[in-house]
Amino acid sequence: MSMSKEHVNVKQGIGWDGKTLKEMREEVDNLTRETGHYAGLKDLEFKESDPITYEKLFYRLRGGLVDARETSKRVAASPIVEQEGELCFTLYTPDGDGVVTSTGIIIHVGTMGAAIKYMIANDYEDNPGIEDGDIFINNDGHVGNIHTCDIQTMIPIFYEGELIAWAAGVTHAIETGGVSPGSMPTGPVTRFGDGYYVTCRKVAKNFELLGDWLAESKRAVRTTRYWTLDERTRQAGCMRIRELVLDIVDEYGVDVWRKFMRESLEDSRRQLISRIKSNLIPGTYRSLSMSDVPYDHELMGDLPEFAKLNYSVLSPNKITVQGDGRWKISAEGTSRWGWHPYNAHSVTYTSGIWVMMTQTLMPNERINEGPMYATLFDLPKGSWISPMNRITAHSFSWHFLWNAWTAIWRSMSRGYFARGFLEEVNAGNAATVDFLMGGGINQYGEIHAINSFEPAASGTGASAIKDGIDHTAAVWNPEGDQGDMETWERVEPMLYLGRAKKRNSAGYGKYRGGSGFESLRMMWNSKDWNNFHNGTGYIFADCGLMGGYPASTGYIWNAHKTDLKKRIEEGLPFPQGGDYNPDDPEWEKKLNAEFTRTKQSFTSEQLFKDYDMTSVYVRGGPGFGDPLDRKMDDVEADINDGIVLPHYAEKVYGVVIEQDEKSKWHVDKDKTKERRKEILQERLDRGTSTREWIKQERNKVLKKDAEFPVLYAYATSFELEDNAPFLEEFKEFWDLPEDWTLTPKDIEEITGKYLQGSGYLNTPEEEQFPEDLQRASRHWTTSEWWGDHWTKSNE
Amino acid sequence: MTYTKEQIAHLIDGTLDWDTTHRMLSNPKDENRFDKYIEILQERVKWDDQILLPLGPHLYIVQKNNGDRVTKCSCGNEFGNYKENWKLNATIFVRNTKEDLHEIYPRLMHSDPKWNELREYYCPNCAVQLEVESVPPLYPVILDFEPDLEAFYNEWLGRPL
Repeated sequence: MSMSKEHVNVKQGIGWDGKTLKEMREEVDNLTRETGHYAGLKDLEFKESDPITYEKLFYRLRGGLVDARETSKRVAASPIVEQEGELCFTLYTPDGDGVVTSTGIIIHVGTMGAAIKYMIANDYEDNPGIEDGDIFINNDGHVGNIHTCDIQTMIPIFYEGELIAWAAGVTHAIETGGVSPGSMPTGPVTRFGDGYYVTCRKVAKNFELLGDWLAESKRAVRTTRYWTLDERTRQAGCMRIRELVLDIVDEYGVDVWRKFMRESLEDSRRQLISRIKSNLIPGTYRSLSMSDVPYDHELMGDLPEFAKLNYSVLSPNKITVQGDGRWKISAEGTSRWGWHPYNAHSVTYTSGIWVMMTQTLMPNERINEGPMYATLFDLPKGSWISPMNRITAHSFSWHFLWNAWTAIWRSMSRGYFARGFLEEVNAGNAATVDFLMGGGINQYGEIHAINSFEPAASGTGASAIKDGIDHTAAVWNPEGDQGDMETWERVEPMLYLGRAKKRNSAGYGKYRGGSGFESLRMMWNSKDWNNFHNGTGYIFADCGLMGGYPASTGYIWNAHKTDLKKRIEEGLPFPQGGDYNPDDPEWEKKLNAEFTRTKQSFTSEQLFKDYDMTSVYVRGGPGFGDPLDRKMDDVEADINDGIVLPHYAEKVYGVVIEQDEKSKWHVDKDKTKERRKEILQERLDRGTSTREWIKQERNKVLKKDAEFPVLYAYATSFELEDNAPFLEEFKEFWDLPEDWTLTPKDIEEITGKYLQGSGYLNTPEEEQFPEDLQRASRHWTTSEWWGDHWTKSNE
Repeated sequence: MTYTKEQIAHLIDGTLDWDTTHRMLSNPKDENRFDKYIEILQERVKWDDQILLPLGPHLYIVQKNNGDRVTKCSCGNEFGNYKENWKLNATIFVRNTKEDLHEIYPRLMHSDPKWNELREYYCPNCAVQLEVESVPPLYPVILDFEPDLEAFYNEWLGRPL
């Protein structure tokens, strides 16, 4: 049957006043760009004429969303959702901008919006259709999701035939059918190992899940029960939000509702500008972070040859706070995507930084996408933060993301410090690892998979007025905690033999970072069980601030084929508590076993039998200020509280200490004063002038005299077209000849290692990044989106 | 919302009571913080140059009597024009060997120097540690912050620099 053109033209859209969602989206984008105000709203008519109703609506919705989260999470069985609170609900405009969000993993305020924008850009309104009673599911890392295990449910809310909003919810699934069990496998090197991907799929009619969806999805993952209950959790929350929205519209009418949504976004956009002006200093802030990919190691198992490399990636950050209070956030210089699961979608970066902002710049409940429209993001195409490659793996994007964000904290903290808002200074977030993952047959005889979420309680960064908080939170979910041991023991076939503060995990400084902690686990009552670790080991994941040091890097410890059973039966000593002093390890003295003790903190699946042991070291936060400025009493407390080993307190903090008969340490203040003076002199004796050092170092640069991990990081940055200015700055700093460069080909010649990947950069754009993804990407507030409107639309 | 000069002094010293600190964190920022902050810092430094912007616990951008704007250490050492990276005129020590990294971090708990080095920047006069950079070898010295003093004073504070 053919449809006449006339008939197509009269078809009504489901959006406002018969517009299609696509028309609405384009209208909002155009008006925002052209006027500099969200949807062209130069005045907040509703808010200004009836502020009480405006506020009432906001808090009713906000309360409703938080309530939806709190209530629905009780449906879940997964401790990641139920204990750790790894879920979040957001209300969106019909065209996909987040208006109000709940507590929880609020990074998703933008990622679920990206999924809605994908559906709009790709004409879902026509096919498969968007109707009352539909439910859509997405977890696609190329559409805007963070990593495979964040499963998103989106429900369109209709009122008298018009789409008036979307309710959306996300949960972090414990397992998603990846190449390895556990929600964030380390093994995927392309998208096809990440796990079960669902791309904005309609899975229900009349709010009833379709049989084919249920059949397929439950077969796609290892932990079917958790998957199913997580889905019910998201659905229950979205339905509660839908009912609330319909009640509000019944009471106030559609016109008020429409105005409320758009004005909320413009209101938040203005609020960002106002906060920037009241809290920061205009200017340019620069910082750098790195991440490691140590994939040429026997513990990484049998990876494809092209992925077996050990290298790092650069994640530089430049923030420009403009005089008009808007800001540009640039990741220019970021290294290329790679054959690892740490690539990230641009929206994870653009949306993710609001998690940080709500903990510092905008510490309130008005978390929505309005601030994006006072922000310009410059994310180099082809970098790990904007891969533009349809086959990259994304199952554990967080490994790169949380390292990258430490740099943003530091930059903003320079502004706070200069302005006198010392209480807001934060030396950075911890790299929230080690996530212990694995799977096999659990203590109940079920096929099972785990992801121990203990890093939800990492140490926080130091501020300019106090130490970071010990083992307490994670940058991605300020409400998380480490979970009760008893709960983990119930859902994982492992018993705890220890949980202790991790000595020296807190970054040193006048104010130290928050301490991390470590757990010691013993396999119990499992069969065919494999575990794997992940975490930064070869580099410092963060950096200190204004004289403070980075938090320690990590390592892993495993014991296989142990004699633990015999030791317990015979009452002999066995490892408990923490690995207190890695310079003189105790655990190996109390156990016969095959030990693994290594900086290689990423592994693939290793077989663990009952009585085998493993340790999980959760990282601390970075420090602030010169450690020699730390109060002596505080150092004394740190030593006695197990935060720092005495030997390192002497070297780093310059304290002179002695232990009394009750094993308590005391700082001798007079001797410490003298010792600190000596250390200051030692600094000058061993140091050199920076200019002199640069002259010497330049020779190394000219000769490209560095190891493979570092050369790779530079070459895969310099090869990206968008990073040309970064290469020019590099050459200018080192005063290098005009023709100096460092390419992947150069590294191949220097190291003899074959590098695979650059070829993808030269394929047609449509092949690298297909049209459906490109269409959706046109709605992110990048430099491309803004074009020359950014400079024209000054505040 | 406003705070007394004494409270701001306690904030700087890390001795402000938690209730007040919590209020500071939760409430909109006090508009006159910068002025009180500068006033206290100015009283504490041993020199007379006018502080324009603090950059760290020991580092300031100041205006000298002759109008020059320079970066200056609390000890009085000057690092040159504030638009230039002060680190270039500092003393540097690079921890790029296992021994030097292990001096301050336990075994296995520091970076591999082949991947990542630490650069410590000291004041060449008083030796206070002003910044630590964690970078891969060959990375340029980072220019952490280029404040736009004109925009800050003229447009944001509403008074001439």
